Amino acid sequence: MTLDKLKMGRTAVVTGVRNQSTERRRLYDLGITPGTPIENVMPSPLGDPIAYRVRSAVIALRREQAQLIDVEE
Amino acid sequence: MSAHAETLNQCGSCASSCHHTAQLTKLGLKIRNWDYTVALAGNPNTGKSTIFNQLTGLHQHVGNWAGKTVTRAEGAFTLNGKKYKLVDLPGTYSLLSTSVDEEIARDFVLFGQPDVTVIVADATRLERNLNLVLQVLEITDRAVVALNLIDEAERNNLTVDERALARDLGVPVVPMAARRGAGVKELLNAIEMVASGQFSARPHRIKYADERLETAVETLAEQLRVEFDNLPNARWVALRLLEGDENIINAIETRTLGKVKEAGAFPSLVESEAR
Amino acid sequence: MTNNSTAILDAAARFRREMGDNLHDKLTEAIYADAGQIAARAVSSGEQSNGVNFGQFFDRLVTSRWFGFPLMILLLTVVFWLTIAGANIPSAMLGELLQGTVYNLLHDFASSLNAPWWLSGFLIDGVYLATAWVVSVMLPPMAIFFPLFTLLEDLGYLPRVAFNLDRLFKRAGAHGKQALTMMMGYGCNAAGVVSTRIIDSPRERLIAIITNNFAICNGRWGTLILIGAIFIGSTAPPALASLIAATSVVAIAILGVIFTLLVSAFLSKTWLKGEASSFSLELPPYRPPQIWQTLYKSIVDRTLIVLKRAVLMAAPAGAVIWLMSNVNIGEASVAAHLVSFLNPFGLLLGLNGVILVAYIVAIPANEIVVPTILMLTLNMAKSGLAQTGVMSGIDDDLQIRQVLTEMGGWTLLTGVNLMLFSLLHNPCSTTIWTIWQETKSLKWTTVATLLPVVLGIAVCFLTASVARLTGLI
Repeated sequence: MTLDKLKMGRTAVVTGVRNQSTERRRLYDLGITPGTPIENVMPSPLGDPIAYRVRSAVIALRREQAQLIDVEE
Repeated sequence: MSAHAETLNQCGSCASSCHHTAQLTKLGLKIRNWDYTVALAGNPNTGKSTIFNQLTGLHQHVGNWAGKTVTRAEGAFTLNGKKYKLVDLPGTYSLLSTSVDEEIARDFVLFGQPDVTVIVADATRLERNLNLVLQVLEITDRAVVALNLIDEAERNNLTVDERALARDLGVPVVPMAARRGAGVKELLNAIEMVASGQFSARPHRIKYADERLETAVETLAEQLRVEFDNLPNARWVALRLLEGDENIINAIETRTLGKVKEAGAFPSLVESEAR
Repeated sequence: MTNNSTAILDAAARFRREMGDNLHDKLTEAIYADAGQIAARAVSSGEQSNGVNFGQFFDRLVTSRWFGFPLMILLLTVVFWLTIAGANIPSAMLGELLQGTVYNLLHDFASSLNAPWWLSGFLIDGVYLATAWVVSVMLPPMAIFFPLFTLLEDLGYLPRVAFNLDRLFKRAGAHGKQALTMMMGYGCNAAGVVSTRIIDSPRERLIAIITNNFAICNGRWGTLILIGAIFIGSTAPPALASLIAATSVVAIAILGVIFTLLVSAFLSKTWLKGEASSFSLELPPYRPPQIWQTLYKSIVDRTLIVLKRAVLMAAPAGAVIWLMSNVNIGEASVAAHLVSFLNPFGLLLGLNGVILVAYIVAIPANEIVVPTILMLTLNMAKSGLAQTGVMSGIDDDLQIRQVLTEMGGWTLLTGVNLMLFSLLHNPCSTTIWTIWQETKSLKWTTVATLLPVVLGIAVCFLTASVARLTGLI
């Protein structure tokens, strides 16, 4: 499944990042690489973006970004 | 008291470093004819600006968020008779993406050839911060790691073995709690050691177990050295070229490779639209 | 491009094809793998304390669906309420000292030297008085507001605000980092414009530059707080006055956000077409703020800098105002000519000629709007009443209100529209210059300068018309 489907409070492991662009680079540089655990910490009041914990930092991603990230629970 | 607090106290009370701070003069913005240039790099929210202010006596106000410093802030101090120019780079997670702040930080570390690059790392989130540390160490070996927020780490029951870290990274690691001023003397000591060449680093370098890559890097690096004399780290530039880094490709096309953008000389919108 | 550099790029492209496109991924993964190993060797963790969970609890609260926005508004209201309630007494005391005691002493001193009337008038009633106004009107609220705001900033609350608002910015076709540049604009629009450099896309950066003026800057908070206190707050029972005044300031700030979003959406559907590009925003851990350092920083870096700028601008502005009021062309003074020329248009907008002249005089610095209005109003009245010394007696909000309503003919509508116009007018000259520096485009500098004024005129005309039609005034 993709990261945007991950429920609040749950942790999954990144299996891959789709898309071949600078967007993918940015996600990689944030430490979102295959094998990294990622947790849905909380959504914003309007549901998008969502804050995720990855490598001990909390980072907000918009839905389109989360949809690029494949995860496995 | 935990191990870190003890280390801090021991170092803080030792005669040599006290001697050093006795010689520290914060010069604020008065920079002229400096002996050494020191760059200050680090992730956002690691207390980089606190350290900048501690060393220069300036009080640059910086909020608690990413990307607030877009330009380089500069300050100065003297230490044991030598003048140091301190350049505060934008806080970034990486030097490899394409955003403007990362470009400014990267260009300065690479082409500005600072005598020392201080990398501020957050002890509570070491793994993430090491990403940038390792990237900087790929570019330069004249580096010091300021392991800041060690007090926060203790509060979260995290213990960081700075000796193991220094051994692994091959550069000096200084534990700090900059907000309380702890570790500043030791940082100055380390900066002086690296600047004067008393400390010779053997920095950690990433190994890419791939022969084809090695050949490609060496071939390109050689060509780059011929074309751009004084290029500080041709291997690193070659690697970026192999990655298809657009900024570097652009710099080669326009023959501006190696030129550091002046603070304030930001590409105007008209120019960037034309690009 | 030379042949050699072409050769290098060609070689690089060839190697890239050979090795595949995912080299960046491999390198990044290699670095993170090393980082992971090194960190694992260096860090050992004991039992986790509760501190982390407290931060998370707090975060879930301030970004929650039900409480996120109300808490944001509540927090802002409390900040302004503390500012307005707290600034009253010191403002009055400073006013009494500077416009009363010191002012009289200076005049006594001048007459003991037999100084000619125009010299003492120019220096004391012009330069000195404008400066004294700025200090007594602006210093107390700023000395309370800035430390409070800096405290929120240091705590790490502002990225949460950006997080909460991001969806709206995305809908408006704006970059997520625009919320951060807006936060910078709340300090100073020129700084806000420079901070848009963090936005990579030229389209989104231009939108952020043009809309930055809707973030109320240091120079305008003072005007809003004062007018909110004397016109809006005074309509409520005394116990609630400060709270109502604070609410009115918050309402203007929220209106600013609404205009930011609307104008961004408009621009990204017309001249600056495009989709919002994505970004990632870190929510840093809450750090206990250092109260003393915050106080020091906010007073040295913000309050004093803003005050210095205001005083530097106020002195020459005071001189200009005095000259305008005392140099006659024909029967009336230059100021009177200007004011009466602009008055019909001003009244149409629910403002008046004095306010419009004040906004022209205050182009270099928004800080001096209220002092300019007061001096001009008094000078206009004086020329009718032909008496001196009236203006020195104003030292608290009640008297300012009296001067404006009785001598200036202000109504509640004038107060409300001045607040609206304070939000929606041209940026100060420093900001305009900065926009030019950042864009190097005459077209976009003009748009960024005129768009807010046009909006301000339209909005003020609308409120004035509605007020007149419904018979509210």
